[in-house]
Amino acid sequence: MSRGITKTAARNIFFGGTIFFFIVFVALTAQSHWYIVHKSTDAKTLTASVARGKRVWEKNACIDCHTILGEGAYFAPELGKVWIKFGGDQDPVAGREALKAWMDAMPTGIKGRRQMPQFHLTEQEYTDLAAFFAWVSTIDTQNWPPKPIE
Amino acid sequence: MKYQTQRLAYPYFIAAMGLFLLQVIGGLISGIIYVFPNFLSVILPFNIIRMIHINALIVWLLMGFFGATYYLLPEETETEIYSPKLAWIQFWLFLFAAVAAVVGYLFHIHEGREFLEQPTWIKVVIVIVALMFLYNISMTMLRGKRTVIAMILTMGLWGLALFFLFAFYDPANLALDKLYWWYTIHLWVEGVWELILAAILGFLLIKLTGIDREVIEKWIYIIIGLTLFSGILGTGHHYYWIGTPHYWQWIGSIFGALEVFPFLAMVIFSFYVVKKSSRNHPNKAALLWVLGCTVLSFFGAGIWGFMHTLAPINYYTHGTQFTAAHAHLAFFGAYVMINLAIITYAMPHLRGQQPYNQTLNIWSFWIMTSGMVFMTFALTAAGILQTHLERVLGMDYMDVQSQIALFYWMRLGAGIVVVAAVFLFVYAIFSKGKGEQATAA
Repeated sequence: MSRGITKTAARNIFFGGTIFFFIVFVALTAQSHWYIVHKSTDAKTLTASVARGKRVWEKNACIDCHTILGEGAYFAPELGKVWIKFGGDQDPVAGREALKAWMDAMPTGIKGRRQMPQFHLTEQEYTDLAAFFAWVSTIDTQNWPPKPIE
Repeated sequence: MKYQTQRLAYPYFIAAMGLFLLQVIGGLISGIIYVFPNFLSVILPFNIIRMIHINALIVWLLMGFFGATYYLLPEETETEIYSPKLAWIQFWLFLFAAVAAVVGYLFHIHEGREFLEQPTWIKVVIVIVALMFLYNISMTMLRGKRTVIAMILTMGLWGLALFFLFAFYDPANLALDKLYWWYTIHLWVEGVWELILAAILGFLLIKLTGIDREVIEKWIYIIIGLTLFSGILGTGHHYYWIGTPHYWQWIGSIFGALEVFPFLAMVIFSFYVVKKSSRNHPNKAALLWVLGCTVLSFFGAGIWGFMHTLAPINYYTHGTQFTAAHAHLAFFGAYVMINLAIITYAMPHLRGQQPYNQTLNIWSFWIMTSGMVFMTFALTAAGILQTHLERVLGMDYMDVQSQIALFYWMRLGAGIVVVAAVFLFVYAIFSKGKGEQATAA
């Protein structure tokens, strides 16, 4: 089995190759970082409220049921575009109210339906969470999720 | 057991098995909630039990890696562990952090990024634990023989600690958050953890088959070379739809597809070595776990990973049960099985007995493996249906979920079988078999 290559050669290829690919990866990461900040997301609209909204999202471990941009727990719906689903892109005030009304009604307790817990968010937290969802919905995700065929 | 300090592995393996049981019970409860959504919905919501399921998994695998290192490093370096006392402090501190995290989760004390839900102070403790460990094994390395296996293992463990540091970076920009979150998650499981896996695999193959060290060392370099050449840029397959540039769809697809080859090489090499084996080692169960590990990781990480790594396919499968199918078989095949292999191998030595209860251990292998494979098939079917109904036809998420409910029942059935097999495994390694009297080794 591959007698042609010696152990020393295999070792040198391993170290050289790993260093090479890691440098390429770090360089591409740096470019992607720049791209996210300047191209795919809007730094101007990333307000303190959006940042607080992300904390609300994290503090309640939303990702351990939902997905956001396709990453999370697959137990509950994807929320990357939930702001648009609630009509927030057309009417932000109504979008925030729809989000609040939805979460206030939880858990439904309906038999055989998945139950979302009651998180007892404050008015401020609802506003921040809505701002977070609004901001996330503007991220350029290379057209993901797919639009269903008509 | 040639060296006294190899015994340090024992508490780590015991804690690993305890957390393994917690992990699969957490998984079982999650599986029950999928089919009976009202089950425990107020006192133990899904997000909390799921957090326990995935965190206990990571922690017990780490416990296993630590134990494995303490077990094999003295034999490799031909010297005792530098500071047994430090290893004990490290053990209790890590166990304390793990228990504190789980208890905290039950009281809804947690952060909210997947796999990194530990409160910040626990993350700091984990770093301290890692530093104690790295200091201890690096000092052991320095005064002992630096074999390739010991070097690769140490490199993998340093990488593990290094990439965990990205867990502390949590920017307000979600896309940036995700970009670096994968530095921990992907570069762990598809990067440095595979170095640890290869080192443990190499050690076990030498012990079980008597293969020449020169041969195995060369192959380890080839395998981990393939792993990192494909795996580092393979991170790109997570950078398709999270606000990252378009070029990742090319890089991720190409290098993601190449990630199959290190696993293929591992299967071919292990079977070749075992076939050529000159040694008839009595611990048949350990060899079974070793070979099972290479095969199942080839299917779970390699094939199931390949099936959705190409960007045009991932566009539809991303964020569906298909990912869950892949994740379950990949984690089981690669990291659970290598841990069970080293534990099966080491336990008789640690407990001063002949290999015992091999029959039960071998049964647990077949039952656990069948259960995991069936679970993967069920989740794969669920994932394919979900992809079609939700992503292609545009049906509502919850409507789709009721369409695929049958597969969640099948998954639960498989889960019950797996939990039973895990109990059987733990019983087999901690008990004395009939007619298999303890003898001092």
